[in-house]
Amino acid sequence: MLDGQDSYTTADGRTIGGVMMEMRNITLRFGGVVAIKDISFDIREGEIRAIIGPNGAGKSSMLNVISGFYNPQEGEVWFHGAKRPPMKPYEVARQGIARTFQNIALFEGMSVLDNIMTGRLGFMKAGLMSQALWWGKAQKEETENREAVEKIIDFLEIQNIRKTPVGRLPYGLKKRVELGRALAAEPKLLLLDEPMAGMNVEEKEDMSRFILDVNDEYGTTIALIEHDMGVVMDLSDRVVVMDYGKKIGDGTPDEVRNNQDVIDAYLGVAHD
Amino acid sequence: MTATPEGDLKTIPALLARNVRQFGGRPAFREKEFGIWQSWTWAETSEEIDALAMGLIALGLEPGDHLAIIGRNRPALYWSFVAAQKCGAVPVALYQDASAEEMAYVLEHCGARFVICGDQEQVDKVIEVQEKVAGIDQIIYVDKRGLRKYDHTHMNAYADVQAEGRAGHHRLEPVMREREAARGYDDTCVMLYTSGTTGKPKGVVLSNRNIIETSKNSASFDHLTEKEEILAYLPLAWVGDFIFSVGQAMWCGFCVNCPESQDTMMTDLREIGPTYYFAPPRVFETQLTNVMIRMEDAGRFKKWLFDRYMAHARKVGPALLDGKPVSAGDKLKYRLGEMFIYGPLKNTLGFSRVRVGYTAGEAIGPEIFDFYRSLGINLKQLYGQTEASVFITQQPDDGVRADTVGVASPGVELKIGDNGEVYYRSPGVFVEYYKNAESTASTKDAEGWVATGDAGFIEEDTGHLRIIDRAKDVGKLADGRMFAPKYVENKLKFFPNILEAVVIGAGRDRCCAMINIDLGAVGNWAERNNIAYASYQELAGHPQVLNMIQSHVEEVNASVAEDEMLAGCQIHRFLVLHKELDADDGELTRTQKVRRGVIGEKYADLVDALYGGAESVYTETEVTYEDGRKGAIKATLQLRDAKVVETAQKVAAE
Repeated sequence: MLDGQDSYTTADGRTIGGVMMEMRNITLRFGGVVAIKDISFDIREGEIRAIIGPNGAGKSSMLNVISGFYNPQEGEVWFHGAKRPPMKPYEVARQGIARTFQNIALFEGMSVLDNIMTGRLGFMKAGLMSQALWWGKAQKEETENREAVEKIIDFLEIQNIRKTPVGRLPYGLKKRVELGRALAAEPKLLLLDEPMAGMNVEEKEDMSRFILDVNDEYGTTIALIEHDMGVVMDLSDRVVVMDYGKKIGDGTPDEVRNNQDVIDAYLGVAHD
Repeated sequence: MTATPEGDLKTIPALLARNVRQFGGRPAFREKEFGIWQSWTWAETSEEIDALAMGLIALGLEPGDHLAIIGRNRPALYWSFVAAQKCGAVPVALYQDASAEEMAYVLEHCGARFVICGDQEQVDKVIEVQEKVAGIDQIIYVDKRGLRKYDHTHMNAYADVQAEGRAGHHRLEPVMREREAARGYDDTCVMLYTSGTTGKPKGVVLSNRNIIETSKNSASFDHLTEKEEILAYLPLAWVGDFIFSVGQAMWCGFCVNCPESQDTMMTDLREIGPTYYFAPPRVFETQLTNVMIRMEDAGRFKKWLFDRYMAHARKVGPALLDGKPVSAGDKLKYRLGEMFIYGPLKNTLGFSRVRVGYTAGEAIGPEIFDFYRSLGINLKQLYGQTEASVFITQQPDDGVRADTVGVASPGVELKIGDNGEVYYRSPGVFVEYYKNAESTASTKDAEGWVATGDAGFIEEDTGHLRIIDRAKDVGKLADGRMFAPKYVENKLKFFPNILEAVVIGAGRDRCCAMINIDLGAVGNWAERNNIAYASYQELAGHPQVLNMIQSHVEEVNASVAEDEMLAGCQIHRFLVLHKELDADDGELTRTQKVRRGVIGEKYADLVDALYGGAESVYTETEVTYEDGRKGAIKATLQLRDAKVVETAQKVAAE
C-alpha cells in the first residue's frame, strides 16, 4: 500500500500525484439499511481507481457519495485538501467531477453532437436573451464549445454518427457517447459506473482503450466501478474491494488478487 | 493547357512549383477534421511539403533511399510522396489494412529506411516488423494520439519533423533544391506493390515519365481542368489513387478532398460533390442496393412515383447522355423527373456535380451501370493495371457500353496474343519489378509489350476491347469445352443478393459454384418476409434463401446457355457458404479479388461434396479475426442441384 503525498511514476511512465480525494469513515444508511459501513480510502491525482465487489456490495452508493449525490450520515469527504460540505449536483460539476451512469442516461431524441454539447453547459455563460437570439456572446460561445466537442468526437472516433439521434445507436456506442458527454465537462475527476456492462469483447476492448487514453491524454483521474475482473485488473492502478457495505481489500491489482477476504467474497463463503 | 513549356515539367515537384505559380491561391487539398473542411492552397501545400522534405533531410534521408507511407487518405501523407521525391528518395505506399506480416515482406523487399505512418495502429505494426526486419531507421507519425510514451530515439512526430525543417531552412534548403533539380524524367517517381492475386506482391517501379505522360494523356482525354474536385478515399497504395490524387491532381492542378474517416465517406462525398469520381463496381452496387432498400420502405405514393420515373429514365436517360435524338415529350418528362426524382437522388448519393465518373477493377452489372447512366451520371468504364500506370483502355464520352472496357487510351497500343491474351505498349509501361528481373522479363518483352494476363478480343467495327476472363483461369472442362469462371461469377454477382461467387470446373465434367450472400440485401429481404435469423450463418443456410439463390443460379444458367462457346459453364450444383470470403483469411486479395487457389485448397471438403453428390456436408473453417487471433466456424451446409439448359449442339469429347 502506498501512503503519503509523494508522487511517483508507474511502470508505464505515468505520473501519479498526491491525494485528490479522501473518504474518511463514510457510513451511509437508508432508513435501517446500512449501505456503506465505515469505509475509508483515497483517490490520487492521475490514477485509475477501481471499486469492485459482488452485487449489492454498495459500489454504486459509494460512487454517489463521491459525486455528492448522497450525503453520508457519518464520515467526511475531503477534496483537494479541504473538507467538502453537502453540495447540490451542479456545484459538484463545477468542482470538476463528471460521471456516466450504469443505465445510460442520454437524451434519446437528440443527436450525438447535441448530447455531448449538453456536457458543455457549465461553460455557457451568455444571458437568456443572447442565447435566444443567438447573437453576440452566445454565438461566440457556441463556436468555442462546438470546437471542444468536435475534439471529443474525434477522440472517441464517432465522426460518422455525429448527426445521428442517440436512440438509433447500438448500446456500445451509446456508452461511448455518454463518456463523451462526461468528457465535455473537462472534468478533473471522472466517475464511471460500469462502463463495460453488457458489452461484447470487442466493445470492451475499445472502451478500455478509450479509458486509458482519456487518463493519458487529458490527465484525468478516473474512478470506476466494474464487474469484469479481467478489465479491472488490467486497467486500474489501485482497487478497493467492497462486500456487504464493508471494505474488505484495498491495494494494487496483484495485492487484491491474493487477498484471502476478496477470494472468499468472490467464491462465496458463508457469512456469519 | 499550360503556359510553361512542357520541357520543364519532368518531375512531380516541378509540377507543384508550376501550380504554385499558376494556381497559388486555389485550394489544392482539403481534409475534414473536427467537423469542418480544412483547406490548403497550392502555395500553402508547397510550403508544407518543403518543410517536411527539409526535415527529412535533417533526419538523414539520403537520395535513393526508400520511404514507406502507410495510412488512410490524408493530405499529410500525399505530401509525403512529394517530399520524398524532393529529397531524391523513392516513396513506397503500403496498404494500411495489411497485417504486420504482410508489411514485413514489403518493407524488407524495398529496404525502406524511413516509414511515415498515419497513426498509432500503423506505428505498432511497423515496430512489430522491426523485430524481424533490419534497416528501418526512422518512424514518423502524423497522429500523435497514444504515442507519447513510445521510445522516441528513432521516432518523430510529423509536425516536429516539419518544425525542424523550417528551423533549419538556411542550411537545408540548398541541399533540397539541389536534389530536386537532379531528378530527371526517367528517375523513379513511385514504387507500388501489386496486390498479388498469385504469390508474393511485386514492387512495380514507375518513372516520372510513366506517371506524367499518363496523367497528361488521360487528363486531355476527359478534358480535366484545375476546377475538378475529387474525393480521395481509395487505398493510397493502389496505383489508381496515385494517378488520380497525385498524378492528375498535380498535372491539372485540381483539388483533392480527404474524408474525415473511412466511415464518413458517404457524408463527405455528399458535402464535396466531386466532379471527377472513381469507384470500384462494389461501391456503386452497395449504393444502389441501399437506395432500393430504402425505396422498399418508402410510402406507396413515393414508391409509385419513383418506379414510374426510373422506368422513364431507363428508357431515355442513356440516349440523352449520349446526345442521341429523343422526342420532345420524353425530354420534358425527363426534365420533370430530374426536378423531382433524379436531381434529389443524385444529391443524396453525392453525384450532383459528377462530370466524369469511372469504374474499373471488376465487371459491373449492366443494370447497375444503366441505373447510374439513366440518372444522367456520366459513368464510364476503364481497364487498367499497376504495370500500365492504370490506363490501358477507357470509354470515350460518346462510346459508353456496359459490355466493353472501351478503346485504347491515348498513347496505348493493343494487340491480342495467339492464346487470346491481351498485350499493350504505352508510355505508361512500368520500368521494372524491383529486384525481380525474372518476372520483369516474363511480363515485358524487349519491344515493350506487356502481357495483361487477361483474355479478351477487340471488336472489329468499333475497336472496343472486351475482356472475358483471367487468361490463366480460362481452362477446359474434362470434355474439352471452354471454362471461363469469371464470366459466370460476374453474372451471378449482378444479383444484389449475391456478394461473391466462386465457380469450379476446370478439368472436371461439369461446373459447380460456392456462393456468398450479401448480408445487407438478403437481411432486408428476410426482414420484409418475416424470416427470423440470429447470425450470418443461419441466414445463409435458410431454406428460403437457398430457394432464392437457386432461382438466381438457374436464371444465370439460362443466360450462359445462350452463348454456344460457354454453354458448358452452366452450374450443375451449388452451395451457399457459411462465412463471407475475407481478405484477412487470405481468401480475397486486399483489392477484394477472389484467390481461387487458396479457396480451392481451404474448402476442398466442400468441393468434394459438390462433386460427390451428397445432400449435405459438415465442415469446420478456420477464421482470422481483425486482431490476428484465430477461431473456427462449424456448419452443416446443404448442397443443391440447379436446372441446366440442354444445348442442342454437343461438343464431341475427344
